[in-house]
Amino acid sequence: MKMTMMGNYAASWGAQLSRVQVIAAYPITPQTLIVEKLSEIVADGELDAEFIKVESEHSAMSGCIGASAAGARAYTATSAQGLALMHEMLHWAALARLPIVLTNVNRAMAPGWSIWADQNDSLSQRDTGLMHIFASSSQDILDSTVLAYKIGEQVLLPTLISFDAFFLSHTMEVVDMPPIEDVDKFLPPYNPEYKLDVNDPRSFGALTSEEHYYEFRYKMQEAMDQAINIIKKEGKEFEKLTGRYYDLIHPYRCEDADLILVTSGTIAETTNVAVDELREEGKKVGNLKIRIIRPYPKQDILNVIKNCKKIAVIDRNISCGYHGIFAQELKSALYNETNIPVWGYLAGIGGRDVKIENIKEIADDTLKSDKPEDLIWKGVKL
Amino acid sequence: MAIKFRTDGKEVKITGEKDMPPMAASLGLMTWNKTGSWRNLRPVIDYDKCIDCFICWKFCPEPAIIIVDERPVIDYDYCKGCMLCAEECPKDAIITEVEGK
Amino acid sequence: MRLTIPEQEIMKPGHLACQGCGATMAMRYGLKVFGRNTVLTIPACCWAVIDGPFPYTAVNVPLFHTAFETAAIMASGIKAGFDALGKTSTNVVAWAGDGGTFDIGMAAISGAAERNDDITYIVYDNEAYMNTGIQRSSATPHGAWTTTTPVKHYKRGPKKNMVEIIAAHRVPYTTTASIGYPEDFIKKLTKAKETRGFKLIHVLAPCPTGWKAEPKYTVKLAKLAVQTNIFPIYEVEDGIKYTQNIKVKQRKPITEYFKYQGRFKHLKDDEIAFIQKKIDEDYEILLKKLS
Ligand SMILES: Cc1ncc(C[n+]2csc(CCOP(=O)(O)OP(=O)(O)O)c2C)c(N)n1
Ligand code: SF4
Ligand code: SF4
Ligand code: SF4
Ligand SMILES: [Mg+2]
Repeated sequence: MKMTMMGNYAASWGAQLSRVQVIAAYPITPQTLIVEKLSEIVADGELDAEFIKVESEHSAMSGCIGASAAGARAYTATSAQGLALMHEMLHWAALARLPIVLTNVNRAMAPGWSIWADQNDSLSQRDTGLMHIFASSSQDILDSTVLAYKIGEQVLLPTLISFDAFFLSHTMEVVDMPPIEDVDKFLPPYNPEYKLDVNDPRSFGALTSEEHYYEFRYKMQEAMDQAINIIKKEGKEFEKLTGRYYDLIHPYRCEDADLILVTSGTIAETTNVAVDELREEGKKVGNLKIRIIRPYPKQDILNVIKNCKKIAVIDRNISCGYHGIFAQELKSALYNETNIPVWGYLAGIGGRDVKIENIKEIADDTLKSDKPEDLIWKGVKL
Repeated sequence: MAIKFRTDGKEVKITGEKDMPPMAASLGLMTWNKTGSWRNLRPVIDYDKCIDCFICWKFCPEPAIIIVDERPVIDYDYCKGCMLCAEECPKDAIITEVEGK
Repeated sequence: MRLTIPEQEIMKPGHLACQGCGATMAMRYGLKVFGRNTVLTIPACCWAVIDGPFPYTAVNVPLFHTAFETAAIMASGIKAGFDALGKTSTNVVAWAGDGGTFDIGMAAISGAAERNDDITYIVYDNEAYMNTGIQRSSATPHGAWTTTTPVKHYKRGPKKNMVEIIAAHRVPYTTTASIGYPEDFIKKLTKAKETRGFKLIHVLAPCPTGWKAEPKYTVKLAKLAVQTNIFPIYEVEDGIKYTQNIKVKQRKPITEYFKYQGRFKHLKDDEIAFIQKKIDEDYEILLKKLS
């Protein structure tokens, strides 16, 4: 069924279609609509779930951890400050190997209160052990939610689904809602082997000596590695059901490209349009959208970029003291593998709009330049 | 490594880390840990004085006093020698001995 | 054979508590009442260690170790999970130290109490952060030495009154208890188990290590705290109905309680007189609240 809805509601309906059993959430702009809608869905009986109206995001994630450890499917959503407050418990969820799904509306961190799009909030959580999706359309948000449970429950890892504030959270788009019966066939009920069970009493998370801790990390990494194949496998299953395919990366017109732009989130969608225009101007430019940053799709990326001459990464985030985080990640993936030069651009930080012409400019600048640079502040006013 | 005491009483065989759960989920009970070795004082019940009030049993933190045939019996495998039982016994029926003498 | 508390033992020996640990006695009693159909969650505190290292456990009921400030919400989350799965009869118990409750866990416990989540929260109070080496908490009493309130700068200011704070949320049941009076504690555990909604049991659990007392005096101290009125035993139902469960006919001087503990050794007579005055005043206030 096709419906027009805001990105936030796509997250709510994604949770509903996944038949989440426990929701624990706390409001923050621009995520509020997600939890308001879910409260409504639960109150109206359209979803049979417990909703804990917690007193903080730290407790939102903790509540989800408790519910998931009990064997229930758990969901929460937040943004920026809320995600930062959850930080301790993100590590907890991941090391406890609980396949919780967490939606984060990418918003700039304060101070300088800002509610606008910026990826620094979720990228600050990069090393917590969550799988991390950057959705770039409302359809992607909804589908990713269902997929995240399907994948996470196999590899026992939580998933963070991020998308841009306002450009996506509050923008109306057409979304195809699969019938819940179809989703039920795709996503069976959650029934983990390890859970809190009075008939099989175990302690979880006890004091762990150096004899064992290292191996838990190894197993987490192994799960991330396995996730790469499972994401592809489930992507294909999902395609059979809906006709929509989701992978870790989505290249667009990259096959013969001299220059590949590397993007994520809504900037990736704009970049596809820019690429079409550049192509019409006779410039061989492609767009590589990174949809999933953990597990990092290194091999997939290498396969796509192997024949291009230049790469330009556009980051809506910065690790101050170094440079854009997608650029760092990409360069570390290429090191030892290719000699293709990489240009690192910043754009759209703090919600500044990134227009088609800005992206075309980035492409033109890169095509002209023969000296790669780590950090180029596109459009900064000085 | 074999975990002797599964919570349900069964023995589990662990041949290496690969048999361990993916998270820190326990496989057995702490009862392998014979805390009696911590003891430097040894409580000994004088059954002639003992009136079977079970106050010692009630307060032992381990618990290392068990009830056998309706009498309190100290389980020296686990008794840590805190001497709380002797202190609380209303009949002074628990004698303190020094371990290793 | 006449036993005054339930015979069943769920907690197993072999655990890592110090000799004469009051917190461990509290757990033994707690599990006697709550039984096997119980899930525990324990934040960072001595009990996170006492239970034993991976891959072992001593409590022998399902236990989720959690972050320091999350005992209450973790219990709420577990309860919600069990409810969602139709396992509504399982008792969910948050088991935390005074630090995890009075200090860092304050927001979460207040949240769970305000929502009236159907959990039992048991705080075993040893009046300091023992796990990290005896630092003061807001449950440390006036006058006490800890490593962060050294003798020259011993703890000044009253102990936070957690029962009053949670009672002010108008939850069905809040109570104090002492491991020196197991029968009273058992009664309260039973009441909490049978009551729906949020329950707080604040149980005094002397810590020989942190109080600088001989292990054999744990029970004596737990009794003296009550008999000197420094830790009165009372319960509050629905936030308004106060009942004193252990009546003290003639209170003992506080020096009786202090003399077995190194942590009060430095106190001079005038300071002790001040503490005595405060205890008596606080007790009068409590008596006025009794129904
Ligand atoms: C967020 C966080 N801050 C600090 C700590 C360190 N820490 C662990 S246990 C503890 C004190 C616990 O005190 P209490 O709750 O009274 O329990 P006790 O150790 O006395 O049994 C502290 C400070 C931690 N684990 N997590
Ligand atoms: S406390 Fe003393 S008298 Fe009572 S049962 Fe124990 S040993 Fe016997
Ligand atoms: S000395 Fe302590 S541990 Fe040993 S039996 Fe007596 S009370 Fe229990
Ligand atoms: S430090 Fe105190 S509370 Fe902690 S285990 Fe030892 S006696 Fe028990
Ligand atoms: Mg403490």
